[in-house]
Amino acid sequence: MSPALPDGDPAPADGALPPSAVEGAQDRAFGVYLHVPFCAVRCGYCDFNTYTATELGGGASLAEYAATALAEVALADRVLRAAGVPPRQGATVFIGGGTPTLLPVADLVRLLDGVRTTWGLAPGAEVTTEANPDSVTPDGLARLAAAGVTRVSFGMQSAVPHVLRTLERTHDPDRIPDVVRWARDAGLRVSLDLIYGTPGESLDDWRRSLEAALATGVDHVSAYALVVEPGTRMAVQVRRGELTLPDEDDQATKYELADDLLTAAGLHWYEVSNWARTPADASRHNLGYWRGDDWWGIGPGAHSHVGGVRWWNVKHPRAYADRLGRGLSPAAGREVVDGGTAELERVMLGVRIAEGLLVDDLPVAARPAVAGLVADGLVDPRAALGGDGPRRVVLTRRGRLLADAVVRALVV
Amino acid sequence: MPIPSATAAERIRPSATAPELLRNFCIIAHIDHGKSTLADRMLQLTGVVDARAMRAQYLDRMDIERERGITIKSQAVRMPWELDGTPYALNMIDTPGHVDFTYEVSRSLAACEGAVLLVDAAQGIEAQTLANLYLALENDLQIIPVLNKIDLPAAQPEKYAEELAKLIGGEPEDCLKVSGKTGVGVEALLDRIVELVPPPVGDADAPARAMIFDSVYDTYRGVVTYVRVVDGNLNPREKIVMMSTRATHELLEIGVSSPEPVPTKGLGVGEVGYLITGVKDVRQSKVGDTITNAGKPATDALGGYSDPKPMVFSGLYPIDGTDYPVLRDALDKLKLNDAALNYEPETSVALGFGFRVGFLGLLHLEIVRERLEREFDLDLISTAPNVVYEVTLEDKSVVTVTNPSEFPSGKILAVREPMVKATILAPSEFIGAIMELCQAKRGDLQGMDYLSEDRVELRYVLPMAEIVFDFFDQLKSRTRGYASLDYERVGDQVADLVKVDILLQGETVDAFSAIVHKEKAYAYGVMMTAKLKDLIPRQQFEVPIQAAIGARIIARETIRAIRKDVLAKCYGGDISRKRKLLEKQKEGKKRMKTIGRVDVPQEAFIAALSSDGGGGKDAKDAKKK
Repeated sequence: MSPALPDGDPAPADGALPPSAVEGAQDRAFGVYLHVPFCAVRCGYCDFNTYTATELGGGASLAEYAATALAEVALADRVLRAAGVPPRQGATVFIGGGTPTLLPVADLVRLLDGVRTTWGLAPGAEVTTEANPDSVTPDGLARLAAAGVTRVSFGMQSAVPHVLRTLERTHDPDRIPDVVRWARDAGLRVSLDLIYGTPGESLDDWRRSLEAALATGVDHVSAYALVVEPGTRMAVQVRRGELTLPDEDDQATKYELADDLLTAAGLHWYEVSNWARTPADASRHNLGYWRGDDWWGIGPGAHSHVGGVRWWNVKHPRAYADRLGRGLSPAAGREVVDGGTAELERVMLGVRIAEGLLVDDLPVAARPAVAGLVADGLVDPRAALGGDGPRRVVLTRRGRLLADAVVRALVV
Repeated sequence: MPIPSATAAERIRPSATAPELLRNFCIIAHIDHGKSTLADRMLQLTGVVDARAMRAQYLDRMDIERERGITIKSQAVRMPWELDGTPYALNMIDTPGHVDFTYEVSRSLAACEGAVLLVDAAQGIEAQTLANLYLALENDLQIIPVLNKIDLPAAQPEKYAEELAKLIGGEPEDCLKVSGKTGVGVEALLDRIVELVPPPVGDADAPARAMIFDSVYDTYRGVVTYVRVVDGNLNPREKIVMMSTRATHELLEIGVSSPEPVPTKGLGVGEVGYLITGVKDVRQSKVGDTITNAGKPATDALGGYSDPKPMVFSGLYPIDGTDYPVLRDALDKLKLNDAALNYEPETSVALGFGFRVGFLGLLHLEIVRERLEREFDLDLISTAPNVVYEVTLEDKSVVTVTNPSEFPSGKILAVREPMVKATILAPSEFIGAIMELCQAKRGDLQGMDYLSEDRVELRYVLPMAEIVFDFFDQLKSRTRGYASLDYERVGDQVADLVKVDILLQGETVDAFSAIVHKEKAYAYGVMMTAKLKDLIPRQQFEVPIQAAIGARIIARETIRAIRKDVLAKCYGGDISRKRKLLEKQKEGKKRMKTIGRVDVPQEAFIAALSSDGGGGKDAKDAKKK
């Protein structure tokens, strides 16, 4: 079970884009997301589109995956050209999963080379790969760096054994300082992913995890509240009463603790759930999502966005391989986002980042709401008054915790 | 026996039947004591309906009536019957069986000379039956006691025959034993009606006077009016006058029901039938009114007429605000057939646009609400029912309050509340529990009698407001369902009543204002604030929920501010999913009512209003056990 795909319109079999997708393309960065839908074990909380070796067989196997994914890269190139999108080099590449590092390094290098030969990579391009602390070696990291990877994001999740057990994570937390050091030695920027709000996690457990992450001297941390998605094993455990979810107040307290400790260590929030030491340490690829840039998501279940057209691929690797094998677009559905919907997305995504939204870019009818949000302590008064230049909606810490309420207030 | 010949039948032709051949009677019975089944059996035995055409409970027309096994609207059926070689016309006048319709019952009784007192041989008499029996006795009706369902294994005819004899006098042996289901004893009952019920007496030469005892709206025919002719006669195409309003109508059709309407050449002294004048609203043909001939009018109306007076009020609101016009049209339609229904537009901060509707009582309210929901496909929310208060202000002016939120806020000299006389019948083991309940409901014991060794009648005077709250549920739960209740209005009393307001962040939520006795104000406030605290979602700010009498806060709860309302995850670029979630929240917000700055989902109001306050819940729990 993986997350349900959104409801949308059917996608054309050849993946062709409407003319509207081309408008203003040269002003938008272009990113590539490469999805690796394999894991050694499936974690109980995970609802991403990923499969263990035993769940798959036939033509969708791990060994053939790189070739299949490269077929979509070729299709993407054809579609963009046919639509008349001017050629753009990749500003960012993000290899996510699943567990990308479960793929042989040679395959990851092949994928990256495919992107490079198709579109080219912009100077200083950010190339990130997710990695499981279990499945990296100093040599593997060095080879990735040599192949052009610039950044690695480790799924640390927690430093506390019982929390990792509940999450069904198998890695040894003591390995974290080592893998961070190896990555840095290989010349990679490093990010650590953390999860808070796991059943049974105390505030002290969370503090331990944060301190352990910071002790590595890491320059980027993502901290996500655990969301128990329907259909996951953990959701079943919660329903049966085997696990008790922490309430939202507990999650809020943990968020505040994270913000306190990370800030004290010299990291700054640049998105609701992301902190970086310097702007250069931020994930440019993820910022592209929030800024409304274009990206092509390669792989089963991957989502793409080009100029207001959003689409998503079929989920199952076998169906994905089958579609590409027949020369068809693997898209399962899509939607053209415009008008009020586009407005909502712009506000919803833009408000999450520290640079915020320009007040002048808000619909006129929504602007009066800003004052109320400032009064409620959700929006930073200085930014809203234009203290640092143009007037902006920038969330306060309380505002970050209530970001969805802010969005509802700003969308008329 | 059924009428054997056409010659015999000719002697009881409508409009040409001698009064001494007429017998007008009704059946007094409790819900599900088998009145409709017995009536069906009579229709069959007298030959007016053959077995094939017989629908179970022929006389109850409306679905709701049939489903609930109760009769709301009365009708009259003319049945031929022969005894000792003489043909008779029996008019069976069906009576509503519930406390809310006492006035209609009284008019039906006034149209009769006799009453069959029908009691379930397995259950004995119930409070409402007793009340109607007293009403019949006051009208000097000949009472024929009958025990029904003697075919049931649990029947105890001897025990209840004794109970009935004690109540109405006479010997237990006088009590007929029948089974509407099998037909046993029904012929004997028809014979007994002929023997015992006195024939009607009237002056055939006097100006016509007929009493309306029912008035029913029919989509195709307009209002069908049921009358009992007292003096003179009524004939087709005559001009008639309604004596209360002086309105003149033409008699388009006149006839008898047997049980389908059959037009006749008229109706004479003592006869019962229907008439059609083309009016479209039952208010133009009011129950209890006297009809006379326009050409030769009577000077005095028959006594006993009064306008139906609503005693219980409730706000009715469509759950979907756009249904408001549908609700208005639906009420307009129901009104055509329900002279007691009245309503006025009302606006509530919490519930939007709706109507304040007056009802005869709780059952009336329930029936109207159910018909609105069923026949007009409306989803409704109703505010807690309340009674009518007379509030005297300092300047001696009097304000009538039908909506608690309109209770005057200034200095008040006195508040009068309506009182009821309640009769409760129950097995004697529950006396303590009933007395405890009535005491808690500010009741005053008037008397107590043993009906039999183990059944007791308790008489109380109680504030009507206490009855409309949750009294019946509590009574049922404390007596394991064995108690029955009847009540009637008896004046009013000055009481120490206050209005309790519920405030959300300082703003009054009108739908929850209640007029309660001072000693119960605190309990109401605590109950309501606690309930709302659980129902209203947390907001971005702390929300105090207070109960107040005027400016004085008597209870308080606090909804803590929400601290987290953000999806901290981006789903690997699945923006559509998150956006849809927000769109849904946005839609949800639109459906919320905003009180001050607090967004309250309509469901919260519904949940807070639909459960019967406090005690009602206990009653329901008790029923489950």
